[in-house]
Amino acid sequence: MMIRNLLLAGAATLAMAAAAQADCAFENAQEVTMLSAGFEAWKSVSEAMAECGNVNAELDQEFRQKQPAAFAANPSLYQLGGVSNGTITPLLAEGTIRPLDDLIAKYGENLSPNQLIKVDGQTMAIAMMVNTQHLMYRTDIFEELGIDVPSTYDEVLAAAAKIQEAGVVEYPVGATMKSGWNLAQDFNNMFLGYGGSFVNADSTPSVNTEAGMKALETMQALTAYMDPEYLVSDSTYVQQQFQQGKIAMANLWASRGAAMDDPNESEVVGKVGSASAPLAMAGGAPATTLWWDGIVVAANISDEEADNAFRVAMEGLDTDMVTANNADAIWLVQGYQPNDMAQGAIATATASPPPAAYPSTSQMGLMHTALGNELPAFFTGERSAEATLEAIEAAYTTAAQEAGILE
Amino acid sequence: MKFRTFAMFVGPSVFLMLLFIAAPLISVFLQSFQITQPVLEVQEVETCTPGFVTQTCTTETKTVPVLDDAGNIVTTTEWVGFLSYARVLQFDRVGEAIAAGNWGEILTIDFWKALRFTLTFTLVTLPFVIGVGLVIAVVVNNLTKSLKGPVIFISLLPFIITPVIGALSIRWLFYGDGIVTVWLEALMNTDLSIAANGWAVEFLMMFYRVWHVAPFAFVIFYAGLQTVNQDTLESAIIDGASRWDRMRYVVIPHLMPLIVFITLIHLMDAYRAFEEVVGFSSQAQRITLQWLTYDFLVPDDAGNRAISRASASAMLTMIGIIIILLPPLRRTWREHKGG
Repeated sequence: MMIRNLLLAGAATLAMAAAAQADCAFENAQEVTMLSAGFEAWKSVSEAMAECGNVNAELDQEFRQKQPAAFAANPSLYQLGGVSNGTITPLLAEGTIRPLDDLIAKYGENLSPNQLIKVDGQTMAIAMMVNTQHLMYRTDIFEELGIDVPSTYDEVLAAAAKIQEAGVVEYPVGATMKSGWNLAQDFNNMFLGYGGSFVNADSTPSVNTEAGMKALETMQALTAYMDPEYLVSDSTYVQQQFQQGKIAMANLWASRGAAMDDPNESEVVGKVGSASAPLAMAGGAPATTLWWDGIVVAANISDEEADNAFRVAMEGLDTDMVTANNADAIWLVQGYQPNDMAQGAIATATASPPPAAYPSTSQMGLMHTALGNELPAFFTGERSAEATLEAIEAAYTTAAQEAGILE
Repeated sequence: MKFRTFAMFVGPSVFLMLLFIAAPLISVFLQSFQITQPVLEVQEVETCTPGFVTQTCTTETKTVPVLDDAGNIVTTTEWVGFLSYARVLQFDRVGEAIAAGNWGEILTIDFWKALRFTLTFTLVTLPFVIGVGLVIAVVVNNLTKSLKGPVIFISLLPFIITPVIGALSIRWLFYGDGIVTVWLEALMNTDLSIAANGWAVEFLMMFYRVWHVAPFAFVIFYAGLQTVNQDTLESAIIDGASRWDRMRYVVIPHLMPLIVFITLIHLMDAYRAFEEVVGFSSQAQRITLQWLTYDFLVPDDAGNRAISRASASAMLTMIGIIIILLPPLRRTWREHKGG
């Protein structure tokens, strides 16, 4: 992981040096630094920013652990940060990012109101794309076997059974269920799909409920159709399973869609379709969460640096970048043309009732960790569903007490 | 040596040890009895999530930390006694499990699960590290001169390779459709999923550790073999001692202090195992005590860290190392006094 990140960061820096000052409205004289996640969309944005010159972007999949401390330093170690609605929480809470309204008035003429992330009336981040986990499936297999695209998890299970019977792929279903963050997120999707809510109004946990039990039941039913090593399977693993033709469907991040059609990596170019995330229960919202990714500017830097960094960031988020990298994400930037792969994400987000946005609260951070630590014991068979949900609530309560959220 | 000279040589080292080892240790010790919390307030916050066309805005109550004038979070620090230790050890849940007669339940509690694995890992790998190291050393010692250099170099490679890389390379041989797994599947005509099986993962982690550390034992033993008294060996041969007898009654007693030395080093290192968990992504199946401490320290998406529990867990790990080192240390001490 670490090594790959280093390589990525190195490659990105090199690419930037080469492409410097190719196509930018102004020549950037000051150094601009950025820390963000490392997936395709961020590569495109940081490369577009680098065209202005003097941009030093670090793309690191472990950014969520580095960012709070790096931005709390004075002066901040990075001027710009790439965040999502999950990872902006500590930055907002600690006040290490600055309101952007002045800068938007100056340089943000191309931004649409949809992109401005407002917290209590102040714009704190500029969203560039939305992301969600939705159904991706092998169109050729579904057509061949005459299976309709599943819209509920019951249909997913039925389709998986048929595909397994036909024996066309090694495993019918893939899932991002690596123990820790990914597994917890998979549970979150299903739990919300069953109408659950993670904490009560007084911050006490409420996952040991019917929704929690049902979420675990459905997840376990799905694992019967998965590679038994699913507890080490993260987004990249599922993406590769698709690319190598090992699985027929998965509820996967929209940001991974472009990789399915990358002829350098994929054996299934043009054969992966997308559809809305399946419903967990009739009349519910799709069992997934909505995310956005965007850019923030550090508070602990001079106004001049912030001004310059924001101007460069706007160059990275312009229409030219989106036109050149249209398939990399569901962009919110003007000029984006949704392609086939985007239909799944759009269908998910416009569903009625719509899926919830991932809650960016301190409680959710604690709950996510508790889920990530306690869920694996259920899937390895060491613990019953009920005992697991109890253990999650106990772990959350201890962590919340230590963090001062619960008495 | 005059005391003054001695002090001048040792002084800088003692100073650095106090600064970089003793001081942090005291700090961790104190933090394990304290809990530092931000002062929180509940606010109504309106947040908006972009959709494809418009935003959806919701007003939620959020718990946010209070900031002072300089923009820093206001915190309070409380002395809490052994609360953090209790939260790590979770004796209440252990008690419940015992009361219910359900002993297996204890091993689903993080600390006890980690302790079980760490102890097994440490004690099982120890004899293998010493045995494999000794065998390589004896074999190399009996090789012709021209072969010694290359063989020593190759034997040392596993020790030189960066631990995480070494672990990953073994992982890639076995996980998913790794080469070895594919061979084994063809050989036994079954479908294997190594990473889905806790015991298989545990075995791989131990295999990796022995593979990685045995060269260290080999180097030490090889050096020791150069000082075996040749006269004693020759007289043993004249007395008709077999190769095995010479090994047992001459070589091994001679190497005993080195065996104790390697035992000490290995117990300390293996009890703090960490890279195996990362390299083999074994969090779902097996965790170590050191990894548990790390896990408490890692901030979640909302920036929360469990520093107090991490400190308590670190202190417990240190106490564990001291306990596990006692038997070999006592042995050395007795010999020292006896000698």
